[in-house]
Amino acid sequence: MTNKFKLSKWQLFAWSTGLILSAPLFFLLFESLQGSSEVFSHLWDTVLWDYITNTVLLVLGVCVLSCAIALPLGWLTAYCSFPGKKQFEWALMLPLAMPTYIIAYVYTDLLDYAGPVQIALREWFGWQSPNDYWFFDIRTLPGAIVMIALVLYPYLFLIFKTALREQSFKLVQASQLMGLSPWQSFFKVSLVLSRGAIVAALALISMETMADFATVSYFAVSTLTTAVYDTWFGYYSLTAAAKISGVMLLLLFLALMAERFSRRNQSVFERQSSVNSESLYVLKGKSAWLATAFCSFILFIAFVIPIAVLINYAITYFDKAWNVEFFSYAWQSLKVAGVVSLITITLSVFVVFYQRVAKQAYPLIPGRLASTGYALPGTVLAIAVLLPLTLLENTINTALEPYNLDIGLLLTGSIFTIIIAYIVRFYAIAHGAIESSFLRISPSLDMASQSMGKSQGQTLRLVHLPLLRRGLLTAALLVFIECMKELPAALLLRPFNFESLATHVFQYVSDEQLELASISALFIVIVGFIPLYFINRSMEQRS
Amino acid sequence: MKTVFTLFLGLSASAPAFASDVVNIYSFRQPFLIQPILDDFTKQTGIKTNVVFAKKGLIERVKREGKHSKADLVLTSNFSALIQLEDLKLTQTIKSDSVNNNVPAAFRDGDGQWVALTKRVRNVYSSKERIGALPKLTYEDLADPKYKGQICTRSGKHPYNLGLVASMIAHHGEAQTKEWLEGVKANLARKPQGNDRAQVKAVKEGLCNLALGNSYYLGKMLEDKEQKGWAEAVNINFPNQVNRGSHINVSGAVITKYAKNPENALKLIEYMTDSKAQNMYASLNMEYPVKSGVELSSLVASWGSFKEDSLPLDEISKYRPLALKLIDEVKFDL
Repeated sequence: MTNKFKLSKWQLFAWSTGLILSAPLFFLLFESLQGSSEVFSHLWDTVLWDYITNTVLLVLGVCVLSCAIALPLGWLTAYCSFPGKKQFEWALMLPLAMPTYIIAYVYTDLLDYAGPVQIALREWFGWQSPNDYWFFDIRTLPGAIVMIALVLYPYLFLIFKTALREQSFKLVQASQLMGLSPWQSFFKVSLVLSRGAIVAALALISMETMADFATVSYFAVSTLTTAVYDTWFGYYSLTAAAKISGVMLLLLFLALMAERFSRRNQSVFERQSSVNSESLYVLKGKSAWLATAFCSFILFIAFVIPIAVLINYAITYFDKAWNVEFFSYAWQSLKVAGVVSLITITLSVFVVFYQRVAKQAYPLIPGRLASTGYALPGTVLAIAVLLPLTLLENTINTALEPYNLDIGLLLTGSIFTIIIAYIVRFYAIAHGAIESSFLRISPSLDMASQSMGKSQGQTLRLVHLPLLRRGLLTAALLVFIECMKELPAALLLRPFNFESLATHVFQYVSDEQLELASISALFIVIVGFIPLYFINRSMEQRS
Repeated sequence: MKTVFTLFLGLSASAPAFASDVVNIYSFRQPFLIQPILDDFTKQTGIKTNVVFAKKGLIERVKREGKHSKADLVLTSNFSALIQLEDLKLTQTIKSDSVNNNVPAAFRDGDGQWVALTKRVRNVYSSKERIGALPKLTYEDLADPKYKGQICTRSGKHPYNLGLVASMIAHHGEAQTKEWLEGVKANLARKPQGNDRAQVKAVKEGLCNLALGNSYYLGKMLEDKEQKGWAEAVNINFPNQVNRGSHINVSGAVITKYAKNPENALKLIEYMTDSKAQNMYASLNMEYPVKSGVELSSLVASWGSFKEDSLPLDEISKYRPLALKLIDEVKFDL
C-alpha cells in the first residue's frame, strides 16, 4: 500500500511537470487549428519543401560533423595520454560558451569575399574579380553546418567523455586482453556501451540546431525555423506559423522514435569504476603528436580564432565598445541562468526517477512531453509561453474585478516569464544528461536498497544522487551556459529595462556591428568559463 | 521549494516600479538610434522613459497583453508595422494640433492612428569605379538583363524590400511585378544575404556593381573609420527620378489602445515630431525628417534633393501580403 501511494506521488509530480512544461506547445498547436490554412497551403505549394530539405540536411550535417569531432576527442581525452591532454580536457569544452551567431559573424567577416583572407589572396595572386578564382562560400548550408557543429560538438564531447569515464574500465581492458586493437575496442566496446549517451547528446544537438535562428538567417539558409519567423512576422499568421512548428515537432518525434525503436532490446548498466589515474593507452611518437594536433586544430578553429577576432575588435573599437553597464547586464544574466539551472535539474531528477520506478504504462511520456519546448525556436517559444500565461493572468484579473483588485501583468510583465520560458526551453538538456547518467546505474542497487528497507525517496537520496553527482553537474553546466547565450526569448519577454549580455550583444549583431559589442561578447564567453571550471574540477577529483 | 519561491520573489522585485511620470515604450528601433532622443525628452519634461527593444514579435506581445499591457507607445522601423497595429485595433487616436502642424498629411494616418517620424529612401548604390552615377536609373531597370550577375541585396522578405515590392505591385500590378522579381533574381550576383551595409561592402570588393540599400546606412558607414572605404566606393542613386520618384518607407509611432500614460505618450510624440528631435534624427541617424523646414545633416544634404513617390503609404501597404507571396513564388531568397 505504502509503495503504491509513493508511486502515485512520483507519478503525479512527473505528469504535472510534463503537462505544465508542454502546455505552451499545446496552446500553440491549438492555435494552429484556428482560422484558415490559406497561407500554409501557399507555402506548401511554393517553398516549404525547400525549407524541410534544408532543415533535414542541416540537422544531419551537424550531427555527423559533431560525431566526427567529438567522438575522437572524447575517447582520446578519456582513455589516452598524449602531450597537452590535461589542458585539452577542459579547453575543448570552451566553444560551448560561444553563442553560435558570434562565431558565424566572426567567420563571415574573415572568409567573405570582402574579408581579409580573400582580400589577401587577391593581392598575392593578382586576382581581380570573383570569376578569377574559386573560394568556398561561408554563407551557405555547409557553412552553417560547420559553424553550428563547432559550437555544439562540446555537448557530445562532454556527455560521451562522462559516459566513458563512468563505464567500467575493466571492459575495455578485457577487450584488449581478448586481442582487440584500440580501434576495434573503440567501435565494439566504447561506442556500443555509450550509445545511450551519444544518442541523448545528438538529440540535444538536433533540437538546438532546429531551433537555431540567428545563424541560419545570417547565412541566408532558409529552414523551417526561418519559415516560422517569416510566416509569423511577414504573413502575420500565427496559425500558419504554428502549423510549421507542428511539422518541425513531427520531424523531431520521428527521429526520436526511430532511435528508441532501434535500441528497444538494449540495456546497459555499468557503474563500477572510473578511469584510473594512469591512462589505458599511452600514445607515443607519431600517434601522440597526431592526437595533439587534432585537439589543437579543433580548439583553434572553434575557439582561439573567434576569440582572437573578438579581442581584436575590442581593442580597435575600445572607446565605443567599453561600457560600465556590462557588470549589471552580466549580473542579470547570471541570476536568471542560476535559478533556471537549479529548477530544471530538480525537476528532471524527479521525472527521470519516476521513469525508473514507475510500474504503470508509458512512464517515458512525461519526460518527453516536458522536453518538447527545446525544439521550438526562441521567439516562437516566447509567444507560446505568453499564450497560457496571459490567459491565466486575464482569468485572475477578471476574477478579482468584483473586489476592485488588479494584479495587472504580475507574471508576463516581470522576469518570471523569462524564467518560465528558459525552463520550458532547456528542461530537455537537463533531462537528457540526467537520464543517460541514471541509465548507467544498475537496478540491482535499487533492489539492494529496497531489501534494506529503504523507501524510494531514501533510495533516490542515498543511492542515486551521490552516483549522479557528475551527471547533475554536467546538466547544470549545460543549462547554465545555454541560458547565458539564449537570445530570442529574452528579447521578446524581458520586462522594461531588463538587459542581458546576450540581448545587449545582439542589438549590435543584428545591425552587423559586432565590433561595437565585442567586449560584451567576450564577457558572455568569460562568464561561461566559470561553470566550465567547476565541472572540470569535479571531474578531475573523481578520476 | 521555499528557497526557489523566495528567489522568484526576489527576481520579480527587480522589475521597476511604475510611477505616473513615465512613458513605457515598445521599440522596434534600436537603442543606440533613439536613446539620445529619449534622454533629451526626459531632460526637457522630467518624464522617464522605459523601453523594451526587440526587432520581432512586439506587436504580438501587445496583442496578447490586451488591456493590461504596460506599453504606452510603440516605435516601429517601417510602415507595415504601423498599419498592422492599426488593423489589429491596438492603437488610439493621436489628437494634437502640434503633430498635425509638424507632420504633412501624407505621413499621418487619415484617422490619426499612427504618425511617421522619419523617412527612409530605398536607394540603389552603384560602384563609382566600374559603373559610375546613374541619375536616370529606375527600380524597373534592375530586371534588365544587362545587369546580369551584378546586383546584391538583402533578403527579399525584409520589410524594406517588401515595401518596395508592394509599391511595384501598386504601380504595375501583380503579373508585371512577378516578372520583374524574376528578372531581378536572375540578375543577382549572389543569394540575398546580409544587411544593407553588407551590400555596400560587396560593391566595394567587386562582387557586384549595384546594390539596394537605405540611404542612412551610407551615412553610418562614412562615420566609421573602418567602413568609410566601403561607403566611398559607391554612388548613391535615387531611382525613378525620371517618372514617379523614389520609394519611401518611414519609421513611426502609435499610442497603444490601452496606454496607461496616454498624455505622456502624446507628449513624447509631439516632442519627436518637433524641430529639435527631428534635427537629432537627421543628424544622428542620417534619416530624412518628416517635418518640413528641418535642416538635413550636411552629409545627407550633400546627396542632393530628389523626388519622392507620392503614392500614400496605406495604399502601398495593402499589397504587402501579395508582395510576400510573390517573393515565395519566385523563390527569391532560395
